[in-house]
Amino acid sequence: MKLTTLTIAAVMAAGPVMADLVFPSLSYRTGPYAANGIPFADGYEDYFTLLNERDGGIGGVPIRVLECETGYNTEKGVECYESTKGEGALVYQPLSTGITYQLIPKATADGIPVHSMGYGRTSAKNGAVFSNIFNYPANYWDGASHAVTHILNENGGDISGTKIALVYHNSAYGKEPIRTLEELSAKHGYEFLPIAVDHPGQEQKSQWLQIRQQRPDYVLMWGWGVMNQVAIQEAANIRFPMDKFIGIWWSGSENDVLPAGAGADGYKALTFHNLGKDFPLYDDMQKYVVDAGKAAGAGDQLGTALYNRGMYAAMLAAEAAKKAQEISGVADITPAQMRDGMEALEITEELMTEIGLPNFGPTFSVSCENHGGNGLGAVAQWDAGAGKWSLITDYYQSDQDIISPLVAEDSAAFAAESGITPSCS
Amino acid sequence: MPDQVLFAMEVMLNGLMAGVLYALVALGFVLIYKASGIFNYAQGVMALFSALTLVGIMEGQVPFSHLINAIFGTDIHHFGWHVPALVAIILTIAVMILFAWLVQKVIFRHLVNQEPILLFMATIGLAYFLEGFGDLMWGSEIKRLDVGLPQGINEWIDLTTFEAFGYGFFIDNLDISATIVAIFLVAGLIVFSQYTKQGRALRAVADDHQAALSVGISLNFIWVLVWSVAGFVALVAGIMWGAKSGVQFSLSLIALKALPVLMLGGFTSIPGAIVGGLIIGVGEKLFEFLIGPMVGGATENWFAYVLALVFLVFRPQGLFGEKIIERV
Amino acid sequence: MFYREAGDFSTTYPQDSQTFPIKFDRYRYYVVLVIAFGIIPFIINDYWANAVFVPFLIYAIAAIGLNILTGYCGQVSLGTGAFMAVGAYSCYKLMTAFPEVSMLIHIPLAGLITAGVVTIFGLPSLRIKGFYLAVATLAAQFFLVWLFNKVGWFYNYSASGQISAPQRDVFGIIVTGPNTAAWAKYMICLVFVTICAVLARNLTRGTTGRTWMAIRDMDIAAEIIGVNPLKAKLTAFAISGFFVGIAGALFFSVYLGAAEVGESFGIDKSFLVLFMIIIGGLGSIFGSFAGAAFMVLLPVFLKNVFVGWLGWPTDLAAHLQFIISGGLIIIFLIMEPHGLAQLWRVAKEKLRLWPFPH
Repeated sequence: MKLTTLTIAAVMAAGPVMADLVFPSLSYRTGPYAANGIPFADGYEDYFTLLNERDGGIGGVPIRVLECETGYNTEKGVECYESTKGEGALVYQPLSTGITYQLIPKATADGIPVHSMGYGRTSAKNGAVFSNIFNYPANYWDGASHAVTHILNENGGDISGTKIALVYHNSAYGKEPIRTLEELSAKHGYEFLPIAVDHPGQEQKSQWLQIRQQRPDYVLMWGWGVMNQVAIQEAANIRFPMDKFIGIWWSGSENDVLPAGAGADGYKALTFHNLGKDFPLYDDMQKYVVDAGKAAGAGDQLGTALYNRGMYAAMLAAEAAKKAQEISGVADITPAQMRDGMEALEITEELMTEIGLPNFGPTFSVSCENHGGNGLGAVAQWDAGAGKWSLITDYYQSDQDIISPLVAEDSAAFAAESGITPSCS
Repeated sequence: MPDQVLFAMEVMLNGLMAGVLYALVALGFVLIYKASGIFNYAQGVMALFSALTLVGIMEGQVPFSHLINAIFGTDIHHFGWHVPALVAIILTIAVMILFAWLVQKVIFRHLVNQEPILLFMATIGLAYFLEGFGDLMWGSEIKRLDVGLPQGINEWIDLTTFEAFGYGFFIDNLDISATIVAIFLVAGLIVFSQYTKQGRALRAVADDHQAALSVGISLNFIWVLVWSVAGFVALVAGIMWGAKSGVQFSLSLIALKALPVLMLGGFTSIPGAIVGGLIIGVGEKLFEFLIGPMVGGATENWFAYVLALVFLVFRPQGLFGEKIIERV
Repeated sequence: MFYREAGDFSTTYPQDSQTFPIKFDRYRYYVVLVIAFGIIPFIINDYWANAVFVPFLIYAIAAIGLNILTGYCGQVSLGTGAFMAVGAYSCYKLMTAFPEVSMLIHIPLAGLITAGVVTIFGLPSLRIKGFYLAVATLAAQFFLVWLFNKVGWFYNYSASGQISAPQRDVFGIIVTGPNTAAWAKYMICLVFVTICAVLARNLTRGTTGRTWMAIRDMDIAAEIIGVNPLKAKLTAFAISGFFVGIAGALFFSVYLGAAEVGESFGIDKSFLVLFMIIIGGLGSIFGSFAGAAFMVLLPVFLKNVFVGWLGWPTDLAAHLQFIISGGLIIIFLIMEPHGLAQLWRVAKEKLRLWPFPH
């Protein structure tokens, strides 16, 4: 992108206000996690650019993406939120755990929906308490259950007596799956071994020696940033079998496996969307966005795991906006209408095929009682030789018997603490 | 031998290795502090910057490509050549010498005789600057660094110990190379400071600035020299740590691992940095192994500092630090 | 022209030793107070409150706290982030345990608790000095962060590990939680800042402050002339902790509304506050304000210039922001090592003589 054209665009944007749909993008292209923030932000923006270029926006109304750099920093996130909300922002994707927790009460008070896709507060699944927060299609507790189900499937449904370790980032995020894994351990009879890694996770010798000595059958990982790369490298060093090492979706990007080279071959990660660029939509993306020189960033991230995730988030937002236009009968929707659209969102296989992303994500539907989708996810595996991720399972559902009571309990605690009466009107 | 003892021995050996890596970072601090009294917080960012430069040169990346592309609307990223590791390392050293000269010329020449805390803050400012500058110059994605160092478990040790004790010890090849490099580095530094003219000048400056100045030693030259050597040490640390995690932002945080080592060993002592590194490495690993499981783990970060603090209470100048003599 | 001592006679000792002995300064101070209390609350909006004023005021309190310790008493601390966390977590525990009690009581109580904790971590200062002490306070930083993360009691065993501020009020006006009006946030911070600044100013020019400065200038000499270093150092730690704790409590309850210890109170925060007092000026209350304003406003200003006016890509802008912040800090240190407060002093000296310098 040229600075001059950007300047002109900025001047034009400052001119008379036309009807547009504003999607803020709280990106983090700098700071410690920039490598992960760049592809996500690119994917998010490119999808909207594609809609603008190809369809003239959503329902005839052009889209404006407001990018604001947070650097993964909570305070900058506050500034970004305050500076963009006045522009008619329809939905926020806060991206960092800290900013999400920040925005949960604020955005609710301001009547703007928040979509924390695969992160943030898990119990926001309960829409009766968290009216404006959505976390479809899957959350951390689903992820923990997906991993255990995958292990169950690999072992013919019986894992009593096996040992499963969890290597986790010692923060609120990393501790998310512990409760679920403990409950599942009681149900399935495996031995659970949590191992904490302190931030940032540059040095993990002790943890991996512990794994080497305790010999767990499987290792799960809730890691972030440099912790992922070091953990995968150390696992390769102690010759832990990579196909028994399963990471959460934030430990499953190209960035995490590439530094370990061939050693990372066979590493698995959970995911709630498909990977690679083998989808019809990518032809359009190439034609209307990349070849036209309108790609966000350097345009070299297409098809990476996090680019696809950003694109998926944009796709879900665009579909929710369509739904909102349908329900309200207006093209230029407000955040409140957007919220209603998100709550009525239904993703079916036909819809995804129509968009050009067949089998890209799980099918799910959202309702007031359930802001978190149906808890479907899949497992992907890294092929170091070919240098790509591919799905090795279909989307399957998490153990709702375990997760539903946990969600109900935590959301009830939040409701009591902040004086919310749960209701679905 | 019972398993627990073997495990503890394995943990201890790995702690020693980790200690060497900490000591490598701490060395850079000591060199600069000794010669100029500057507590150089930017040492970690220097490791990041030098490693970024090394990878950038090896891969033939165009510096500032993002900025150039944004201003001129071009689309350039790579020169299209690959430089062999050794040549790239030499070029990176040249860059670090240039950097040292600039730091001295632009910043610290103007801050001579200021209070230590101001010098410290200036280095934090330098760290900020270099962080933004490095990212702008080479981009912020994670880069793979491969200078041909062996990685992974050492087969020989594994086999030998397995035959001896029935349990194969894990020692990372990378750690072994780091240890060898560190030994050479320290030996080189000692030879340099004991037997060369510049080295003697350097020690003279460290002892007494004014006396050194009065016998005709150029302080400016010595300071540039010492920043260059620190830049070189940073490069070595950057290669060692970067080989493990890829070259990325978090590399700058290794400075935080070196601080307890400094406290323990004393800010002014090279042997102190080595011994301190080893003590911290073994101490934190053993604590995590023995006590960690009882308190929930992830204790290494704070335990290193607490350990150093306990030592300091008994020896306020660090293990090998010069005795602090105070006069009214 | 107007900035003159001439004609400004002091007839009593209190008049002579007041904070602003010059009439012009006094009036300026009143004008600032009138604007801050009487005008800004009526025109402030969400953006200005949340992005500029509230963080500025809160950081000003933290900077005053650290300035007492570092600027007046000479003890360098890199544990400010964790000490703010102590304030934040005590405030959270108090808010949830005693919901009916006013925030005006909770926040100073949180400050007192922090004062206690900081005093304990100040004990090594009796033996360890200079940079060794600075690094020793890092032990506090890492240990406290680990502790708050590890022990469920601190965050009421919530599944998320985060603490969120529930809605609380002061005299019926909501001051925490999502429904707080911009002016209410601003006012509660302003009230605390004003009280803290007045308190700090009077402490630092009294006996306590003088003993601190004696310790700072040379602790052995101070001991010889009869200053008790134990008492002086520990009071400095305690009082500094009190202010930092208040800042932490406000930071969590009023400004962020939700926090996690590692992310919100990490070591970056310690460095940020230290930067503020060095840029602002060590040993100066005005400097604490100036430094806080500089460090809070600069990124917002640069961001608005680069992204808002020039329309540059946000990542380029962020990188440049780093480069410029770092560069400015260095330039400041070279041009004026004693900070913005010194510039202000010099400007005042010049003004006294203006327009006839000789």
